[in-house]
Amino acid sequence: MDSVRSDAAPPQALKILVAGGFGAGKTTMVGAVSEISPLRTEEVLTTAGMDTDDTTGVATKTTTTVAMDFGRITINPSLVLYLFGTPGQNRFWFLWDELATGALGAVVIADTRRLADSFAAIDYFEQRGTPFVVAVNCFDAEQVYTDQQVREALDIDGHVPILLCDARDRLSVKNVLITLVEHVLLMVRSAVPAA
Amino acid sequence: MVADRSEFPGDDGPAWWDHEAGPVVRPYMVTGGRVEPVSADFDLISHVVAITSLAAETRSPEHQLILGVTQEPKSVAEVAARVDLPVGVVRVLLCDLLSDGQIARYDPPDTEELPNIETLQAVIHGLRAL
Repeated sequence: MDSVRSDAAPPQALKILVAGGFGAGKTTMVGAVSEISPLRTEEVLTTAGMDTDDTTGVATKTTTTVAMDFGRITINPSLVLYLFGTPGQNRFWFLWDELATGALGAVVIADTRRLADSFAAIDYFEQRGTPFVVAVNCFDAEQVYTDQQVREALDIDGHVPILLCDARDRLSVKNVLITLVEHVLLMVRSAVPAA
Repeated sequence: MVADRSEFPGDDGPAWWDHEAGPVVRPYMVTGGRVEPVSADFDLISHVVAITSLAAETRSPEHQLILGVTQEPKSVAEVAARVDLPVGVVRVLLCDLLSDGQIARYDPPDTEELPNIETLQAVIHGLRAL
């Protein structure tokens, strides 16, 4: 790596992924706590989407654009946290690997009207060993299920935190992120042999 | 972000073309058809900062645009969003700028390990203070 290190080095960067099904509130959650308006990066894919894209009538179309929304939180002058909303469509899983590499952890947003949409993300982080919490997005403050019911429906291990949240509410999202980092801290502590 | 381009010379006002019609120039025309960065890949949260002045000669207007937004350190994801180009294209252009000695790069630790306890506590503290 030809990286440069000096006293003027930019802050240490950490990232948290925000995953969930289409319309679950990923971008809303990023926007609720980001100090900048959520920005969008795009990746142009030339072949990956060809098998599944319906190209009828658009025979010349050979590219697909996949967007990732992200936001930023400056923790202190030497520490910056980036939040990345993961691409929703399952066929862009390969992009998740890059996003998940080096990630501090992930928030899986579950929409109780479409719980099954969050299965794929939960499976992914479980298999990868990425620490995650499940945030049940309560639209219109409508709390239909308890977190225990959601835990059973999603078949989530007892140690994975599940909490209800409102993805539009800054305090609520802040609480989700704190819960995630505390969960990670617990994992790191338990991995360190007691002195 | 189109709005951010207005501060650069030669781009006055909103673009005249129709975005719905697709890009006027295919993204990879900007890179001369190159799709893989020459040197090690830039992580989305790698930071880059311009180390030459804006007046420096660059290979293309897009390289110039990147120098413009990296006068302050920026993450690669942020650079891509600000210059409104796909990340893959921006990575190739950043490699050019790096080999031309026009930017410096700072990578996050190359590790799958979780941050240490002190860092995590600092993050929790910082989030609570938001």
